[in-house]
Amino acid sequence: MIRPAGEHGLLVETGSLEMSHRLDAALRDAPPGGVVEIVPGPETVLVVAPGADRERLRARLASLAEDVREGAGPAAREGRVVTIPVVYDGADLESVARLAGIPVDEVISRHTGRELTVGWLGFAPGFAYLTGLDPVLRTPRLETPRTSVPAGSVAVAGPYSAVYPSASPGGWRLLGRTSTRVWDVTADPPALLLPGVRVRFERVSGA
Amino acid sequence: MIEVVAPGPYATVQDLGRPGLAHLGVPCSGAADAPGLRLANRLVGNPEGLAAVELTYGTARLRFLDGAWVALAGAPVTSEAGMGAPFWVPAGGELRFGPPAWGLRTYVAVRGGIAVEPVLGSRSTDSLSGLGPEPLRAGTLLPVGPPQGEIATDLAPPPPPRPAVLRLVPGPRDDWFVPGAPAALCARPYRVTQDSNRVGVRLRGPELVRARQGELPSEGMVLGAVQVPPSGQPIVFLADHPPTGGYPVIAVVRDADIPVAAQLRPGDEVRFTLRSHH
Repeated sequence: MIRPAGEHGLLVETGSLEMSHRLDAALRDAPPGGVVEIVPGPETVLVVAPGADRERLRARLASLAEDVREGAGPAAREGRVVTIPVVYDGADLESVARLAGIPVDEVISRHTGRELTVGWLGFAPGFAYLTGLDPVLRTPRLETPRTSVPAGSVAVAGPYSAVYPSASPGGWRLLGRTSTRVWDVTADPPALLLPGVRVRFERVSGA
Repeated sequence: MIEVVAPGPYATVQDLGRPGLAHLGVPCSGAADAPGLRLANRLVGNPEGLAAVELTYGTARLRFLDGAWVALAGAPVTSEAGMGAPFWVPAGGELRFGPPAWGLRTYVAVRGGIAVEPVLGSRSTDSLSGLGPEPLRAGTLLPVGPPQGEIATDLAPPPPPRPAVLRLVPGPRDDWFVPGAPAALCARPYRVTQDSNRVGVRLRGPELVRARQGELPSEGMVLGAVQVPPSGQPIVFLADHPPTGGYPVIAVVRDADIPVAAQLRPGDEVRFTLRSHH
């Protein structure tokens, strides 16, 4: 289903993150005329095109969505694997271990043991929601968010993990920190973690 | 160079923002009343997208260390310069702005544009993400760029205030609400609350009742979206709105009425309509 989102936007329901990535990739491969924003989400892709003929764009999106459902078009855009070194000394390591009912070392081995995938970005510039977290590590957000979480903090909340791209308030549980910069306004693109990129956390000893 | 003597309640540098980066979590930002910014720029011969000062509720003072052509548009404020026509401020001159007669945001364009360092292609202060320059403070120095183009003889007297009516396009998530919700949204006026800002106009009025519980998976948000948090009290998204969100959007304000929303003051009443003309 394609829903209107104002005069210039169309929200395509993809039904899954995988289909969102495929449609996002297909749209970036050959953007229809007038498209300004393509915003993938877990079950949708928002397309904003102030200059476009709406009905033509709707028809084009419907046919692209059909193509990617049938497996045509480019694969999910990013096949890259980014390794992120983490010093596991986060303030919430103990509480995550307690909530999960496992020792701290197992929290770390489960966090490093799986390859995660960037689902989408939101909340803050460069803030990537990483999917594929070991279900044992699913914990609720802090009841009272911290007023400031340092840039480079590696955290979990619900079914996601993330690296804080810059200092900001935050309610995710902190497992550790990385020296990898995931956000740099002077880089092109400024975000290291783009939708579809695969991520592996690696334990390193702290300084 | 321009010295901010007093910024008033809130003042920032704004251009047309950072479109095209929403998928990286970057809000568009830019002038809340974009046509106001464009007009102020045209009046001093600037390209429409150069950076200018966006005053919130006037009452600011700016000192011009070098002589400059300036023009004001948006909410009409009293000052030495008057509204809607290019005005020469001599070196050392100061402009003292009163509160607006109506509206909230006034654009002070300077020939050559405000030339602070751009971030991701824009000089706008993004109040949500913190990208761009800090909001203006007493003592902030603003560099001015080299003039481009010519000042055409131009005059744009401030128009009377537009009626506080926002025309809507239904959806994308109107089906998350009870069938009577769009009618409830349009039936009676809402009042603008004090916690409104460049992210959104927060409203108090008839509660919009959901038909579905549970969480909407995060999805892309557009300018003008009328987002409804669990309180049932709507928020109209302005320039610094988050690029994604998890509360359902019942309807979206038409493009032509975004400047009306951007000029609403706390305490103002505003109506919504689903008809395309009023």
